[in-house]
Amino acid sequence: MYKKSECLFESRFPALEYVLEEVVNENKKIIALTADISSRIVPRFVVNHPDRFFNFGIAEQNMFGAAAGFASAGLIPFAMTLSVFVTMRACEQIRTDIAYTNSNVKIIATGGGLAYGKLGSTHMGIEDISLMRSIPNMTIIVPADSVETTHAIREAVRFNGPVFIRFGQKENPIVHVNGLQKEFVIGKAIKLRSGNDISFIATGVMVSKAIEACNELKKLGIYASVYSFHTIKPLDKEAVLDAADSKYGLITLEDNNVNGGLGGAVAEVLGSEKPRPVKRIGIPDLYPVIGSPEELYKEYNMDVSAIVRTSMEMTKQDIG
Amino acid sequence: MASKGNMGKVYLEEKSKEIRRECLNMVMRAQSGHLAPALSCADIITALFFEVMNIDPANPKDENRDRFILSAGHKCLALYAALAKRGFFPEETFKTYVQFKSILGGHPDGLKIPGVEISTGSLGHGLPIGIGMALAARYLKRNYRTYVLLGDGEIHEGSIWEAASAACHYKLDNIIGIIDHNKLCADGPIDEVMSIRPLNKRWEAFGWSVIEIDGHNMDDIVSALKRVPLSKDKPTMIIANTIKGKGVSCMENKFDWHSKVPTAEQAKEAFKELA
Ligand SMILES: Cc1ncc(C[n+]2csc(CCOP(=O)(O)OP(=O)(O)O)c2C)c(N)n1
Repeated sequence: MYKKSECLFESRFPALEYVLEEVVNENKKIIALTADISSRIVPRFVVNHPDRFFNFGIAEQNMFGAAAGFASAGLIPFAMTLSVFVTMRACEQIRTDIAYTNSNVKIIATGGGLAYGKLGSTHMGIEDISLMRSIPNMTIIVPADSVETTHAIREAVRFNGPVFIRFGQKENPIVHVNGLQKEFVIGKAIKLRSGNDISFIATGVMVSKAIEACNELKKLGIYASVYSFHTIKPLDKEAVLDAADSKYGLITLEDNNVNGGLGGAVAEVLGSEKPRPVKRIGIPDLYPVIGSPEELYKEYNMDVSAIVRTSMEMTKQDIG
Repeated sequence: MASKGNMGKVYLEEKSKEIRRECLNMVMRAQSGHLAPALSCADIITALFFEVMNIDPANPKDENRDRFILSAGHKCLALYAALAKRGFFPEETFKTYVQFKSILGGHPDGLKIPGVEISTGSLGHGLPIGIGMALAARYLKRNYRTYVLLGDGEIHEGSIWEAASAACHYKLDNIIGIIDHNKLCADGPIDEVMSIRPLNKRWEAFGWSVIEIDGHNMDDIVSALKRVPLSKDKPTMIIANTIKGKGVSCMENKFDWHSKVPTAEQAKEAFKELA
């Protein structure tokens, strides 16, 4: 690791690192756990708080089991590593040791979605949201940008219970340019744009794309609402039903398998409470090819022009 | 079937230099990749692919071929270079490394790359898969061997030790593990991150025959690989002492080089050192 005085790495998540530093200084119960990957996520934590940092080496199952043990003693462990290894290697520890026991463990998962497209299938976190969503007691947060990140971390500390917080490869483009206009509440979506034709229900990196698409569509005379669903579980049903009032229907947008994630959750609510046309934009049910995130978003019809195209198709099939 | 070679030290040392240069080339072109981890195991991979293993590029799926699993998949640059130079796919493919729709991603894909047995990259998977291949050889009465190259940090994973037990339990003397023991992992020196000491004794206690070698000395590597299995009915673990970033002085033994890309200036120096 590092000597106290030096930090060899720049975090890819400066906002996460910044807010963690704040909450750690406020709350003595917070500790950090990692599995040989801290240098990419919170390098400064290791330097600033060596006594509150535990490296488990490349042993994710052990780390999450230990996180449950730490929590049982009243501590608040932030356990962090890549999303694939969080949600699959340590899935049972998370489900049985952490979620079933409702342990106060905060899980920081990086590299979700297509972020690691160049690294290949072993590193793509393409089904992590779906996996976590099927676990009772789990809260799932996917911040759209660094503003939501700072709020999400603070709220996760206040919240008593397991929280899965998912990031990409680095911080996403800023969506809330003027800060949050509304309080950040876990389980409450944030409405960013209002329009009567279509509703975009987006999460994570897809929120900024939804806003860009919304701006493009406006030029074409199509008006879209945009919601940031930073919390995927528990889902904000009220916001889904509000979004369902749009003229042509809803489009869900997530950097996750189209099955079982945000799109699935929204379709479940609408199916039982308010049937409406829904298109799910996300990663198709396959193992993606090699490519940068932007190349893959384009390949799988998740980029801004694909969102515009999908919206145009939707407004043509007016089912009244 | 191509027979096991007898290529000589000088030839193999030249090959491994070529492989190192190719690793550096790919990383510089793509501006990404795990270079230092690949340089660490380049000599071992050279010995396996150009001297020891029973493999045939013209028939990569021959059922009697020796199996090689790069359990520490992030070291794949060295594997890509060796496979192409051994004739499994054209060297032009190097140019596509991590480019859109390439067969060569940041971790090796067994479905796409001729000569790659199985996709790896998530650490801790290779040895269990190797146990299955070795058991299959016995079951199907085939003579192939299974070689599994592991990172020393990788053996933190519990799955490695589950496999270690199974290899001993089933008396698998047709599996050979090789640990690329460079004493570093991603966050720092292994001794600081999570100790694996006493390394030799741990494997011995799990029922393996253990031999320790200099992982950059071609004679040492080849003679160890040709001596296995060290004892009948026991799996063999070769602990190869290596240097992460070997061959490029600014990278050697520095953990922060795990996935760092050299500057143009550093690369120029590096090519000189690897000439
Ligand atoms: C299951 C899993 N956890 C974490 C990682 C991320 N990772 C890639 S390489 C690496 C360090 C590997 O260390 P080691 O096995 O010693 O190899 P070397 O130092 O030679 O690169 C880590 C933590 C991974 N690929 N798989």
